Amino acid sequence: MQTIDANKMESVALNAALRAAGTREIRIGHCVGQRYIGTGLSDCFLEIDGTPGNALGAYLNGGVIRVRGNVQEATGDTMNGGEIVVDGSAGDATGYAMRGGKIFVRGDVGYRCGIHIKAYRENRPAIVIGGRAGSFLGEYQAGGVIIVLGLHEDGRPIVGNFCGTGMHGGEIFLRGSELPARLPAQVRAEEIGTLPDEAEALVREWCSLFERDPAPLLRTHYIRLTPDSGNPYRQLYVGN
Amino acid sequence: MLKEGQFRNLSGCAVAGVIDRSGGVMSGEGMIEAISVMHDRSNGLGGGFAGYGIYPHYKDFYAFHLFYDGKDAQSETEAFIGRHFEIVYSSEIQTRKLPAVTDEPLIFRYFLAPLPRKLARSHLDEREYVARCVNRVNAQIEGAYVFSSGKNMGIFKGVGYPEDIGRFYRLEEYAGYAWTCHGRYPTNTPGWWGGAHPFGLLDFSVVHNGEISSYDANRRYIEMFGYQCTLHTDTEVITYIVDYLIRRRGLTLEETAHVVAASFWSTIAEKEESTRRQETLLRRMFPSLLVTGPFSIILGYTGGLMALGDRLKLRSTVCAEKGDIAYIASEESAIRKISPDLDKVFSPAGGEPVIYELYDREAVQ
Amino acid sequence: MSMYLPPEFEVVRSAERCVNCRLCERECSFLVHTYDKKTGRMRADSAKCVNCHRCVCMCPTHALKVVKSDDAYRPNANWSMQTMHEIYKQAESGGILLSSMGNPNPQPVFWDRLLINASQVTNPPIDPLREPMETRLWLGKRTARIERDAQGRLKNTLAPQLRLEVPVLFSAMSYGSISYNAHEALARAAEELGTYYNTGEGGLHRDFYRYGGNTIVQVASGRFGVFKEYLERAAAIEIKMGQGAKPGIGGHLPGAKITEDVSETRMIPQGADAISPAPHHDIYSIEDLRQLVISLKEATNYQKPVIVKVAAVHNAAAIASGIARSGADMIAIDGYRGGTGAAPTRIRDNVGIPIELALAQIDQRLREEGIRDEVSLIAGGSVRSSADVVKAIALGADACYIGTAALLALGCHLCRSCHTGNCNWGIATQRPELVKRLDPETGYRRLVNLVTAWKHEIQEMMGGMGINSVEALRGNRLMLRGVGMTDRELSLLGVRYAGENM
Repeated sequence: MQTIDANKMESVALNAALRAAGTREIRIGHCVGQRYIGTGLSDCFLEIDGTPGNALGAYLNGGVIRVRGNVQEATGDTMNGGEIVVDGSAGDATGYAMRGGKIFVRGDVGYRCGIHIKAYRENRPAIVIGGRAGSFLGEYQAGGVIIVLGLHEDGRPIVGNFCGTGMHGGEIFLRGSELPARLPAQVRAEEIGTLPDEAEALVREWCSLFERDPAPLLRTHYIRLTPDSGNPYRQLYVGN
Repeated sequence: MLKEGQFRNLSGCAVAGVIDRSGGVMSGEGMIEAISVMHDRSNGLGGGFAGYGIYPHYKDFYAFHLFYDGKDAQSETEAFIGRHFEIVYSSEIQTRKLPAVTDEPLIFRYFLAPLPRKLARSHLDEREYVARCVNRVNAQIEGAYVFSSGKNMGIFKGVGYPEDIGRFYRLEEYAGYAWTCHGRYPTNTPGWWGGAHPFGLLDFSVVHNGEISSYDANRRYIEMFGYQCTLHTDTEVITYIVDYLIRRRGLTLEETAHVVAASFWSTIAEKEESTRRQETLLRRMFPSLLVTGPFSIILGYTGGLMALGDRLKLRSTVCAEKGDIAYIASEESAIRKISPDLDKVFSPAGGEPVIYELYDREAVQ
Repeated sequence: MSMYLPPEFEVVRSAERCVNCRLCERECSFLVHTYDKKTGRMRADSAKCVNCHRCVCMCPTHALKVVKSDDAYRPNANWSMQTMHEIYKQAESGGILLSSMGNPNPQPVFWDRLLINASQVTNPPIDPLREPMETRLWLGKRTARIERDAQGRLKNTLAPQLRLEVPVLFSAMSYGSISYNAHEALARAAEELGTYYNTGEGGLHRDFYRYGGNTIVQVASGRFGVFKEYLERAAAIEIKMGQGAKPGIGGHLPGAKITEDVSETRMIPQGADAISPAPHHDIYSIEDLRQLVISLKEATNYQKPVIVKVAAVHNAAAIASGIARSGADMIAIDGYRGGTGAAPTRIRDNVGIPIELALAQIDQRLREEGIRDEVSLIAGGSVRSSADVVKAIALGADACYIGTAALLALGCHLCRSCHTGNCNWGIATQRPELVKRLDPETGYRRLVNLVTAWKHEIQEMMGGMGINSVEALRGNRLMLRGVGMTDRELSLLGVRYAGENM
């Protein structure tokens, strides 16, 4: 594994060094705020110490990015494949417009997590969040899966306000039996006793990444949110 | 070319702030480092800092920082100041020549006490008297601009990247208990130092990121109360709103936050009775001071900092704590740069103010 | 002298389609259509036609159309046919010309010369369909003292306000000028929409007391139907000083329209003329207005906000400043293109100023004087679409009154014959057989549809500007730009030319 010390390196230089690296396994040390790390990469294993900047793993096409710390805004923006694993928490708009791949966050995520994620052919994006999510979780969600495990300990609700705003595809699973406040009429909520296979596999994967026992997370109830196709979002237009 | 204030200049930005709640002091160096991490959020067209507790020896006097375009503006302004204040001490602000910082104006500092007779005759509260004098200079004396006017605090700003501006002002030589800073990404090139941020009035200073959509609604409302928005920037109007609500109307910081970044009616409806009544009342009393569109601000004031973001959280803000020291920044990496190991890091919700104050605010007042 | 005036319109019937069902005959209150027994065919007297389109709409075989007549005098750009006819009518009768609805002449419409902004790059537009987008607002005074209780919580020191879920209210149209069914539709729609309708000066029918929470009652110079219960039932009280269509003159509802029911709500004898004097005879100066405002507040224990409605006239800004200091909570400004059930033609078409200019000047003046918080501003007098509403709010209005637009939703075709009392659509009439043509259920639904559609459009435009509360649009003139206007017009509106930067 090759190591790049990012100390005092600007974003452009760091990303150039990544692209020029001869190996596929790279460790980035002392990362502080460098943006666009791993953008568009397909087959690398990147391990990052520190706090990478915005747009980490944007357009990621494959491979794995593991961050030993927190990440900022727009992580995994328009990601197509691969995996981003965050040992800490993630900022706003995590996984914006993801089309494929997986994001695992041990801690919390900010506002607008999973905004407009969508499935396409064999691609089915997934985001698993260990802690809680901020407001507008799954806004405009068009496909894919978001799971929130709610293992945070600050007593705040598992999601903020306006959850599922504009959701028109995919699924959200929230551990527990509490419905988010004010779900839009176009989102259907049901309480389930067991997770479907795909979601269960994702929870297991999250547990193995962060070394948690999956049993208590599987033997429990979840709220499942899906769009209500019988009550779609529909702008009222009249020909003029 | 049009100067700042002759047109409305939209800008994006980076902001950061730090406070040692125990009252311990630090130089401006940390802030310079923090803001340099967010270099990409600025474009070299404006940067600045505000330091609190930096003038302990003159803490009872209003510290005015002024830009002058030339000697004429300076003598006219000094004559005006002389008619309204006792000048306790004045000097040129010491700067360091840097290739990256050019075209600087004359930069002077004055420690002032209002002339008691003038003040009494004005029938104004002392701070209102000072605020009006600042307004007079800025609106009426061509080529002069007061960019800092609080007690025991100072703003340092100019055209350039913030890290260069910090070094230009030799901020490593100042020591304060709190600092804020700002890197600007304006969509126009005014090249005028007065247009950089923070924007200050008395001891309030505001750094702000984002372009608000309510600007003219806010501006036309606040101008009813004697404020003149001569710079046409969001930061200026937000500073006046804060000054109006807190200093002139007596609202608390939290109440001010519920006016400026009011919760949605639907969110208010779900709060418990007493909170719901308070927040509804504030929205009904000051609807024209609701600020919409993206913003994240750090408000500096004597003894504290407040972080506040818009209600949709369209701009990011991160707060962190390490022992007595609290940090606020647009990005976590800016904080990690100066304090890699933190006790606590969190993103405040949109519209929820985060307030960090000295444990003993009396000591600085 | 025989003065036959050639009709303005011609009723054209397709002989091929007409099945002689005689429905048009039954539908036309102006007696245009008759059945000729001799020929076994329908005939039409175009001279009686007002072009209300009732027969056209009702004809089951679509056999009818009304076209502009091509019978014309020798063309004259100065003396139009309309002008010549007016002279003939006056020469014949010696009467004042009377018209209905708003000024139809091609006057400048400044709404159409204002363009709305949208966000691009520097800040984000907001999707109104899915993100919160607030059209709720409160009307009334916003001046309040900061006082706290023992726990340090703020006390409510605000005067009573009106809560609106959408910045549109139905403007004053009296029972008498419009029908019972029209009132019922307006009242029910206001309730469902979370807004208000306005009784006009004709009193409030007891049947509608239950919509009181969404009713603004009017006190005009005739004081028809004004008594304690009327005031108490209302959500707010409007003092009518003037109307955009006829500033400076009173009103006259002929005795023929004072049916039993109308007589009861107006509290005047059946068949007696209802005359509203030009001024309120207790208000000959601005300080007298204060007296009326306060007396109404005293009568209602300071529980009801008071609106003062004025026509937009030359000194609008100064007048508004006086009203703002009178204790009133709101000012309704009515522009000169506003509608009416009947007004002297010359007054309607020549007196007053456009709402856009009056509104802009009033808002600016109140701000310069630091008294904008003393009153909310409601703009009316030809607000035709949601875009007009958005522009009015950006100029400085808190909300808009709509009258003509609401009547159109109820079926009005702007034939401008309200003053005849023969409204074929059951709106501006008291004839029972005509009134029943307007189904209040359908009417109410159509009004709700209209305002709901406007609300969606307002949200769409606000979202485009990146504004998610109508409060942040109020007076936000940087969101407007002008086209096709002079510098003077732009400066009066406080708006820059399209293409000019901020």
